[in-house]
Amino acid sequence: MRIALFATCIVDAMYPKVALATVRVLERLGHEVVFPAGQGCCSQMHVNSGYIEGALPVVRNHVEAFTSADYDVAVAPSGSCVASLGHQQPMVARACGDEDLARGAEEVAARTYELSELLVDVLGVDNAAEQLGSHFPHRITYHPSCHGLRLLGLGDRPTRLLESVDGLELVELPDAQECCGFGGTFSFKNPDVSGAMVDAKIKNIESTGTGLCAGGDSSCQLHMSGAARRRGSQVRTIHLAEILASTRANPLELDEIADLSIPRVHATVTPSAGGAR
Amino acid sequence: MTTVDLGMPGTRIAYGSGNLYEETPFPEHARAELKNTQMRANIGHATHTIRGKRARVVGELPDWQDLRDAGSAIKQEVGARLPELLEQFEANVTARGGVVHWARDAAEANRIVTDLVRAKGVEEVIKVKSMATQEIGLNEHLEGQGIKAHETDLAELIVQLGEDKPSHILVPAIHKNRDEIREIFSRRMPGTGKELTNEPAVLAEAARSYLREKFLDTTVAISGANFGIAETGTLTVVESEGNGRMCLTLPKTLITVMGVEKLLPRFSDLEVFTQLLPRSSTGERMNPYTSMWTGVTEGDGPEEFHLILLDNGRSAVLGDPAGRSALHCIRCSACLNVCPVYEHAGGHAYGSTYPGPIGAILSPQLTGVAAEQNNSLPYASSLCGRCYEVCPVKIDIPSILVHLRDEDIRTKHGQRDQAATQQRSTVIEARQAEAEAAGVTPEPAGHPAEAKKKKVPSEMDLLMKAAGTVMSSGTRMGLAERALPLGRGALKPFGGAKWLPGMVGGWTQERDIPVPPNQSFRNWWKNNGENTQQRVAEDLGDTQLAVSAGGEVPASSLAGEIHQHAAWGAEAQAVAKLRAERDQAEGATTKDSPATSTGEREGEQNA
Repeated sequence: MRIALFATCIVDAMYPKVALATVRVLERLGHEVVFPAGQGCCSQMHVNSGYIEGALPVVRNHVEAFTSADYDVAVAPSGSCVASLGHQQPMVARACGDEDLARGAEEVAARTYELSELLVDVLGVDNAAEQLGSHFPHRITYHPSCHGLRLLGLGDRPTRLLESVDGLELVELPDAQECCGFGGTFSFKNPDVSGAMVDAKIKNIESTGTGLCAGGDSSCQLHMSGAARRRGSQVRTIHLAEILASTRANPLELDEIADLSIPRVHATVTPSAGGAR
Repeated sequence: MTTVDLGMPGTRIAYGSGNLYEETPFPEHARAELKNTQMRANIGHATHTIRGKRARVVGELPDWQDLRDAGSAIKQEVGARLPELLEQFEANVTARGGVVHWARDAAEANRIVTDLVRAKGVEEVIKVKSMATQEIGLNEHLEGQGIKAHETDLAELIVQLGEDKPSHILVPAIHKNRDEIREIFSRRMPGTGKELTNEPAVLAEAARSYLREKFLDTTVAISGANFGIAETGTLTVVESEGNGRMCLTLPKTLITVMGVEKLLPRFSDLEVFTQLLPRSSTGERMNPYTSMWTGVTEGDGPEEFHLILLDNGRSAVLGDPAGRSALHCIRCSACLNVCPVYEHAGGHAYGSTYPGPIGAILSPQLTGVAAEQNNSLPYASSLCGRCYEVCPVKIDIPSILVHLRDEDIRTKHGQRDQAATQQRSTVIEARQAEAEAAGVTPEPAGHPAEAKKKKVPSEMDLLMKAAGTVMSSGTRMGLAERALPLGRGALKPFGGAKWLPGMVGGWTQERDIPVPPNQSFRNWWKNNGENTQQRVAEDLGDTQLAVSAGGEVPASSLAGEIHQHAAWGAEAQAVAKLRAERDQAEGATTKDSPATSTGEREGEQNA
């Protein structure tokens, strides 16, 4: 299959290694990954901050980028951004009186899957060790971010994948369904409440004794790991895609987690003459 | 009163007034409340307990989702047929000997109640717990008129004796623990002595003896209503303590204040709501007391029954298609009990009678988003969606929060000046009227139109504008991301950032910013995207992968049973449908692709 990657703005700019991990997992299954170059953001930040009109150009850009590209299905390593495509983009277009754009947004959304959803539902992965070669010999816990959980109904897809990773031990997170307190601009418009919420989340992660919390949304992880660091907690976060991408031949080491750059082994590839600028 | 505003010129929308305002912006109010660790511990304990009970009894019902759909549909019908149903209800109540009064707002409702009580020549009344009378500030108003209203619900009594404010819809004293309650009782309840301990049974007994006298001595009672049945004129109060039954049956005169949205078309609709309400609120299969009365019955119960039908902004809510489902609310408080913002900030942080997620949409809708600081309430949510998940009548609270944020932004941008001015004058006029009624000189108020006009773009406006420009173009994103190495160089020596200026300083108040990556994925992909074989070889070495089973036509989660009830918003449903159709149509191709591709890759490797 030809799979279009919607990296999402936060992964593209802050967690490029999560996008790369997504690519590596899909390529391993024999699929071709393309990156529609026009892509930007899903518009969620604007919409959730009340800037519906301001979101319109962002929505239009996404719909154009993913309508003009040639692919079978699209994937994003984020439950929240995928949910936004179906839930918010058509609403924005309709609120601004653009029914054609709304239909286009619905069509793009219907072809776009969250990573675990794509792997389990479409690509038939039920054993990450055997089908993806995933190897990550560590104890971790898992936080199901709200929009994947409640808007997409991902259910146990991510944890089923994690449990099938070679060497991995998954410890249940108490009150896992509680929001981590990120909430987009809520995080800085209501910093005190957001901080109280993440306090509770960090304590719950600490209580698992794993120190490492996996998840499917980098935005929540930026918030959780940043808050943990501020509080002097040892808790770290890791994206589901990074765990699935880790193999015996190319394992992700724990001391690599903190650096957000693309791992050196992949970054040292000599740029082809035409591509470098 | 019965007309729904359709935005016709010349129609003045009646916004609500009373205890519906957030006085301090929510973030500041919450910051102060968060320091009350005892309150947070009490609320945390109580909400987690109720949450568990609710989950157990809801889980017992195989048709819970159907019940939610039914509840939502009935309430939608009530909204669509409100004028007609109200007239039917009035006719039936009147025919059975009740007297119906209509109140446009809090001031009118308070005045009607006061006149009725005065006409009976009494100075004390007993009350059944009621959100409507909290909303209009009835107790405070009566106090100013020399009439003492005694709350008879245990938690309301605790709040009243403690001269406190309710902080929860169902459990108004949820923020107090038993030691604090013992202290309040021993201080304020006549006849309590050293024998008063913090045992729940002892505290309840003290309240019971105290209240029993009130029930026997008082001749006028005031209640709210959970439901009003249009086809029969019947009113319903559901409760747990029996105090309601006492108030509704013992006194000679009963005065009921009911929000117009509490109507149900048919008696049989109660079948749905008597299942939804107790399970969602107290986590019980059934509430202990369900009282129903229709007009007056000679020799049985009150001799005189007055019903006050209250608008107080409800017509304004009904006039907004994007927000009107907030009127479906049956005041169960399930959304409060699961809300993490409510859990940490507590009910008082919301200012209004209605706290929690429902309060964050209902208060600014009843008063208009421009009234007082109610425009800070729609932002008091991380949009986690748990409120929608548990709502027994499926109010799409997260979507309405976003809708109200949009209204707030458009108000600030001067796009809703007329509505905003009217919303602000409603507050000013209501305060003046209340001050006059209490015989106090009203404080001078500024011109409502000037109250919040902002001419300069806010910091948030500028941030959104800049972000919108960058994020609506892949080229511009790529260019902006060229700054990443610069940021990395600047922050690496410090291991990240701990401080940001201005509004986004809220981020660094609670969190560090990590050292950024040396380049974006987009820019990396331009140079490295095509090296698929190298990546696969590095990752897998000699490992042979099992061929993916992939093959079954995906029953996509979006189209599945869970999602049907999990997703909020009509748009998500439309996408689910599209996807299901697509899955069906393309089932065959989807089925073949992964296997074919895997085969090709293996072919390449072997070669």
